[in-house]
Amino acid sequence: MQQELKKPPFVCIGEADAECLFPTGLEYNPPARGMWNIVQMGMLIPGAHQVYCCAQGCLRGVVMTAAEMNAIDRLSWISLTEEDMFNGTLEQSITDGVSEIVEQLDPHPPVVLLFLSCMHLFAGCDFDAVISDLSAAFPDIVFVDCYMTPTMRESVPPVVQTCRQMYTPLMPLPKNPKAVGLVGHDRPTDENSELMRMLRGAGFAVRDLTLCRTYEEYLQLADASLNLTYIPTAQSAGEMLRERFDTPLLYLPNCFDADGILDNYRRLSEALGIPCPDFSAEMQAAAQALDDLKQEIGEMAVAVDYTAVTRPFSLAELFLQHGINVKYIVADTVGEDADAFLRLKQSHPALRIYAPANVNMLHQHAHPAEPVLAVGQKAAYYFATDHFVDLILNGGYYGFTGIRYIAALTAEAYRTPKDRRTVLRHKGYGCASCLL
Amino acid sequence: MKHAARIIPCYAADSSGACSALYELGGMTVVHDASGCNSTYATFDEPRWWDTQSMTYISALTELDAILGNDEKLIADAADAAADQKPRFIAVCGSPMPMMIGVDFDAVAYEIEQRTGIRTFALHTNGMHSYTEGAAEAFRCIAEEYVRASDTKKKNGVNLLGAAPLDFGNLNTVQSIRAWLAENGFETVSCFAMGDTLETIAHAAEASVNLVLSQSGLAAADYLYEAFGIPYVCGVPYGSAFSAVLADALRTAAENGTHAYPCTQRGGSGKTVTVIGEAVSAGSIAAQLNLTGYQANVICPLPHAETLLADGESDAFAEGDLARVLLEMRPDAVIADPLYRFILPPGTQHIGLPHSAFSGRCYDKIIPDLTGRRFDGWLREAE
Repeated sequence: MQQELKKPPFVCIGEADAECLFPTGLEYNPPARGMWNIVQMGMLIPGAHQVYCCAQGCLRGVVMTAAEMNAIDRLSWISLTEEDMFNGTLEQSITDGVSEIVEQLDPHPPVVLLFLSCMHLFAGCDFDAVISDLSAAFPDIVFVDCYMTPTMRESVPPVVQTCRQMYTPLMPLPKNPKAVGLVGHDRPTDENSELMRMLRGAGFAVRDLTLCRTYEEYLQLADASLNLTYIPTAQSAGEMLRERFDTPLLYLPNCFDADGILDNYRRLSEALGIPCPDFSAEMQAAAQALDDLKQEIGEMAVAVDYTAVTRPFSLAELFLQHGINVKYIVADTVGEDADAFLRLKQSHPALRIYAPANVNMLHQHAHPAEPVLAVGQKAAYYFATDHFVDLILNGGYYGFTGIRYIAALTAEAYRTPKDRRTVLRHKGYGCASCLL
Repeated sequence: MKHAARIIPCYAADSSGACSALYELGGMTVVHDASGCNSTYATFDEPRWWDTQSMTYISALTELDAILGNDEKLIADAADAAADQKPRFIAVCGSPMPMMIGVDFDAVAYEIEQRTGIRTFALHTNGMHSYTEGAAEAFRCIAEEYVRASDTKKKNGVNLLGAAPLDFGNLNTVQSIRAWLAENGFETVSCFAMGDTLETIAHAAEASVNLVLSQSGLAAADYLYEAFGIPYVCGVPYGSAFSAVLADALRTAAENGTHAYPCTQRGGSGKTVTVIGEAVSAGSIAAQLNLTGYQANVICPLPHAETLLADGESDAFAEGDLARVLLEMRPDAVIADPLYRFILPPGTQHIGLPHSAFSGRCYDKIIPDLTGRRFDGWLREAE
């Protein structure tokens, strides 16, 4: 049956091409809302005000995101009309609109994130002139050029761009040799992780936007003598800080294989100039947690999705190594997980990869073939299971301790069902919500 | 740049209106857009997304395809999806970027229809207009495409026009309106478009009168009058007094064939109340209040509502203009979506009435069904 479809919704990994898992086509949007968007990211800067200038259809999503997170007072907007595009006043009208809004803000915010749209870029809008004029008019405010440009997502994804722009208000500070920055994350890193224990244990202060409570604390992010990140979409932000402040950047991907994790710690130790701790106990505890998970869930089918962890193929491989019956992965690209993908292609060719936005996934949830234990919201939706781990972008978990937690969360999901509909409709994992 | 807002939301856009109008009719609606339109619509503007699946998709337009004018990708992808999903019809509509690059949606629809053999039509949205405009075009299009002439005429037959969750976020309301019609001796012939199918809608010409429930239904009402001579009445049966007026207006219109706008009736005296919202719903509430000891008027921030407002009523839509109008009017109370609270004059009583097209899901659990006497009880409690 599946072979008869023009755009089959799944492919067995043995037959999948890492460069292109699925052909492009029309896209469906499943009702799993945990992933963050640019609004939620921008709210991380204490005191920042966001202004979006775009068409009503684009505004609607960002305005409602702010409203649902009880932060509508931190977002304003200017609606773009056809006339604005063609009457030669594109830049001036943005400046006027933002000025009108800013004059109503009392007190002035320290920073305004001004988002323009795809249409502005196509129209050749002189964003620099807009920022320059606004900065001259309101010298107490830092105006940041930001981009809601999903049409350009294949060259510069908006999430990557926003992550980068969020650090542009920082100004150079004297380097603090005992300060390390965690860049581009949307939630704090687990304090029990080996990573954080290494930093804290060696007396390093952690500069992390997600921990900032004031704008002054935010500005202090600039004094880090070393920046780290483990989220692929955050690398660009770290590179920008390296260029601007000459701050070294370490990318320590949130991987699930022991060699990769240990290599991360070795590189971190070298960069910090500290001995690398012995994490054998943590490694053993992670392995034990996975064995315990297998013991508890037996042969139950497991699905892993790309919104839960940045390396779903690696997590699937780890689970399979411990006998856990991973049968499904929900992902549309392989990305930096190619090594695990290729190994799984050889070892488990029947493993199915589902395309999360494929139009033929529309009714996938209505016909679950078997009970499934899911890791991630989209897997929970598509496999119609209340037994799922509610996790987005690794949830701040990292390293061996992170694996132990994810195993424990998976076991907990097996034991205790969740109210799937309520959890999945919540926009932005971990954000405040008026829906709750 | 005439439309800036410090704090209040914007209304849903035309593409959401079009998708919402077509949602239950078994077609495939394709919004030619990069990413945001479908996510926004599915998350904030479509309460049926979880419970009822509909073939509503985006084209996932890319920068390269936009620059190169690669309409072929949209056409081929729509044809592939249609081959897999076999929709009753295909609607293609636009978003800001296709407007910018001048996509010819009528030509795209023609090409898709040629390849698939499935009736395909274009809806000319661009994400820069109100949901009422997108829904209006979609409802009219459905009327033009699917309503068939009939020798049968149902004396008390009524079509409901302009029913979509963006204006009727409590999904029970339309069912209550059907029940109210039955209680008053009417038969619902069809509903554009909640709870009915294309087959039912094909019989709409059998009705003697159309009940226009929202601005979005007016264009279809005009068409059904032009094509089949069916008169229309504008109003929603909110409140016992206004419901009775509306029922009488339906009977009269069915008999004499002329349109009626009971939602524009004013002339009461007493506590002053301003209702902010979609013209037909807000007007119906104002009319009910004017019949029951209030002096009520309407501000409709949505475009093209002129014929649905009483003389002198405001169509201010920008936040600053709305605040100024309210300050000049100084009503004792304002009935409006809770997210309007930020711009009310100090001391004005605010009676919150959530409107999905404005506040999305924020208050979806407390949107009331105000049909008939339910409104009376709701107002007593709210005051």
